[in-house]
Amino acid sequence: MTRLVFLGRLADVAGAGEIPVAAGPLGVVLAGLPVGLAAALMEPRVRLALNGALVGDPAGLVLAQGDELAFLPPVSGG
Amino acid sequence: MSKTLVGAEMDIRLLTAPFDPARELAAFADAHPASGGIASFLGQVRAGEGVEALELQHYEPLTLPAMHELGATVGQRWALDGLLILHRSGVMASAEPIVLVAAAARHRRDALAAVDYAMDHLKSESWFWKREKRAGEWHWIEPRGQDYADLARWWPSGGNPSGQSGA
Repeated sequence: MTRLVFLGRLADVAGAGEIPVAAGPLGVVLAGLPVGLAAALMEPRVRLALNGALVGDPAGLVLAQGDELAFLPPVSGG
Repeated sequence: MSKTLVGAEMDIRLLTAPFDPARELAAFADAHPASGGIASFLGQVRAGEGVEALELQHYEPLTLPAMHELGATVGQRWALDGLLILHRSGVMASAEPIVLVAAAARHRRDALAAVDYAMDHLKSESWFWKREKRAGEWHWIEPRGQDYADLARWWPSGGNPSGQSGA
């Protein structure tokens, strides 16, 4: 199992701050989500962090057991 | 808090409960008696404009580490004796403190510039997501163009040297 974490408004779209999903390629994981949520997560301005490290290029990303993938919308600042 | 032989003493904290800025600033000044200048900035929740509450959300693996990176950058850029960065997360009421930045230095220019730089970077680049409660409903706040414009003041000539941006 792996966890998807949603920050900011993405948590509202998802209806939860995080959800468990099966490990696997990111594309497959996203395809298993509600269409509206998947679209919000794939917006170009949304950045990704895998286990606390920013992901430069999410293409080809494969989630392993125990991974935490966070979706970070543009920050609104402190 | 960590202290190295060279550079500023860093006190950088992410707080999930209210803090007393006056007490924090007094303690910071006490800790740096040799500093001739201490500059500070206090940000608080703006009262009025129909805002009932403000919430800042952070992401543990990113937010505090990035605050420490910012502190290190500020410490390298100016000759400081100490740097204090306190930032709230969670739900805050009107007039409640959000952020306190203070810099202690031999000379005021270093302290003033360090605080200014730290605030511009906290406002635009730090890992916080903000929402306001108006008429009982929460609304997420989008990034402000002015915050990026403020940040750009520090760039040598176009381009973002830090590579990290909320945009």
